Amino acid sequence: MFADPKVPSSAGRDATGMCAATVEFRHVSKSYDRRDGPAAVDDLTFTVPAGSVCVLVGPSGCGKTTSLKMVNRLIEPTGGQILVDGTDVAGEEVTALRRRIGYVIQQVGLFPHRTVGENVTTVPRLLGWSREQQRERAEELLGLVGLDPARYRDRYPAQLSGGERQRVGVARALAADPPLMLMDEPFAAVDPIVRERLQNEFLRIQAELAKTILFVTHDIDEAIKMGDLVAVMQAGGHLAQFAPPDEILARPASDFVARFVGADRGLKRLSLSRIGALPLHQAVTAVAGEPVGDARQRSLADPFPFLLLIDRAGRPLGWLPDRDVPADGIVDERLAIPASPLLERETTLKDALSMMIAADVQAGIVVDPAGRVLGLLTMEALGAAGRAGAAGRAGAGAALRRAERRPAAARPPAAAP
Amino acid sequence: MGRDARRGGRLMVLLDALAAWFADPAHWAGPNGIPTRLLEHVALSGISMLIAGAIALPLGLWIGHTGRGATVAINAANLGRAIPSLALIGLAAPITAAFDPQLGFRVYPTLIAMIVLALPPILVNASAGVSEVDRDLVEAARGMGMRERQVLARVEIPIALPVILAGLRSAGVQIVATLTLGAIFGGGGLGNYLVLGIAQNDVGQVFGGVVLVAALALLVEGGFALLGRALTPVPLRAAEGGEHRGRALEGRAAG
Ligand SMILES: Nc1ncnc2c1ncn2[C@@H]1O[C@H](COP(=O)(O)OP(=O)(O)OP(=O)(O)O)[C@@H](O)[C@H]1O
Ligand SMILES: [Mg+2]
Repeated sequence: MFADPKVPSSAGRDATGMCAATVEFRHVSKSYDRRDGPAAVDDLTFTVPAGSVCVLVGPSGCGKTTSLKMVNRLIEPTGGQILVDGTDVAGEEVTALRRRIGYVIQQVGLFPHRTVGENVTTVPRLLGWSREQQRERAEELLGLVGLDPARYRDRYPAQLSGGERQRVGVARALAADPPLMLMDEPFAAVDPIVRERLQNEFLRIQAELAKTILFVTHDIDEAIKMGDLVAVMQAGGHLAQFAPPDEILARPASDFVARFVGADRGLKRLSLSRIGALPLHQAVTAVAGEPVGDARQRSLADPFPFLLLIDRAGRPLGWLPDRDVPADGIVDERLAIPASPLLERETTLKDALSMMIAADVQAGIVVDPAGRVLGLLTMEALGAAGRAGAAGRAGAGAALRRAERRPAAARPPAAAP
Repeated sequence: MGRDARRGGRLMVLLDALAAWFADPAHWAGPNGIPTRLLEHVALSGISMLIAGAIALPLGLWIGHTGRGATVAINAANLGRAIPSLALIGLAAPITAAFDPQLGFRVYPTLIAMIVLALPPILVNASAGVSEVDRDLVEAARGMGMRERQVLARVEIPIALPVILAGLRSAGVQIVATLTLGAIFGGGGLGNYLVLGIAQNDVGQVFGGVVLVAALALLVEGGFALLGRALTPVPLRAAEGGEHRGRALEGRAAG
């Protein structure tokens, strides 16, 4: 059902270079108390397509960890089936199954008596890879998670910071290139700043590897950020909603989901989409230091009450109120109100809104990587986007991944001509 | 003043007797010579340790790994600790004598008593050491596809090693010291010097035996300490052994 795990690294992938498995929960239930005790997981049914990140989110004790552990059979379900690539895991040899599934636990669980390198190659060693293969793999993985192999390979876990340990934990789970990863609150034990960085790196790595990932968290913001799909669970192990993040925010299936995602779900939706997807208002511009031409007429004709001054390269210099635009002569840069804030295509709508409120302006200037004006993002456009739903349907993770995957050549040239 | 002088004088007499006893070449040869008795002591201790270890180590590791039978084992071990060693030898003597009148009254009772004596520390430390390895770590090991044996051999035993070794060390020292009592029942070893010395009112012999037993015990203690240092994985070295008192392994914090 999986690619041959004996083959290290990138071998054993399919034609697209990806290595991922579909996961299907079919009426999965678990009660720890055999008799009619309360269910920890109750009739869970959902399918995670290959290569996507599914986040299980819900309040403490709702059965997230239990659901996860039933996939690698650390816990056996009392009802239903879990299929990985169409094969029931219950029929698999349990150690072989586990060696093909990456596993990151909340407490990280690095072996204190083993070096970082040895920790990372735990599964390859179980699979009987050669020393040379193990060494290479450890280097490759430490590099992937942003730890310099030369510096970290021979350290012990006690000699690492919390964030570094989490990275090693992720590297260890990736070691045998598993098509499926189970991650139980992998970033819960670090401070918010490190968590944010780890999340972004995780998304970057996932953009490259495109594994199927079941990711547990109790943080709805993390769920929305990381998930292609979000499974909201509620007490008693019920699946309250299973949908892409935007749909969870736009159409919560129940009061519970609405309360769980929070009163700020409108704002959260804005955090899911990026400016690049929205139509921009074409700014009326005039080049500073050059004849003004018909700029005054154009500016007055345009509903937006300001003219945007730009330099010869197309970079914004400042605003000029319509009335102050001279009818003829040279445009004087010194009359302009400083141009802020500057937004980029990759900026989330939430950040754009925040910046525009902070700067007390009705429109933000969207620029390309070279700093040249692309257009204006107005408050009206932002509001409309918020009401209509995020422009990109998938989560921020997917959006970021799309951006990552875009070949460099397709990006606008970095330098101004 | 006079009293202190007298006391100092007695000490001098004692040391003189001790030196004289060690210096006498007659005490270094024959069946009651120091090399023979030392060898007997070491051999009996070693055999007791091996047998006790062969029983208690696997049992303790298994109990620690599975968590099964822990209470029963710990209680049995504590009961074993409560019985005085001399009584144990005395109890074993008539039984073994019934089986083998020749040797039954000499080596076997001591051997059996020493084994029983060594079981509790080895068993308790092995099971507690293993069971105290962070359960999250064990689950991580299992979740990555280790078999139960691999979990034990690659994760639980290495991490519990300082505690396991501390159990062996305390068993070893206890055996070496207590084996002395076996001489009362004709068991051989360095205890013979004490028994004979007291009977013959030979101070030099009594204290010669005491010094030899003490030296051997220290050697065992030191040997195990060195072994422990050598075998303990570097990052866990802070967690030095000591008789197990339910203290959490420091290595856990590193997980
Ligand atoms: N080994 C066990 N024996 C009995 N009940 C258990 C066991 N493990 C978990 N439970 C119960 O099952 C329910 C679900 O537990 P689970 O660990 O899956 O929750 P969770 O959603 O992961 O919570 P958290 O966010 O706090 O980690 C809880 O009510 C818990 O008390
Ligand atoms: Mg949990």
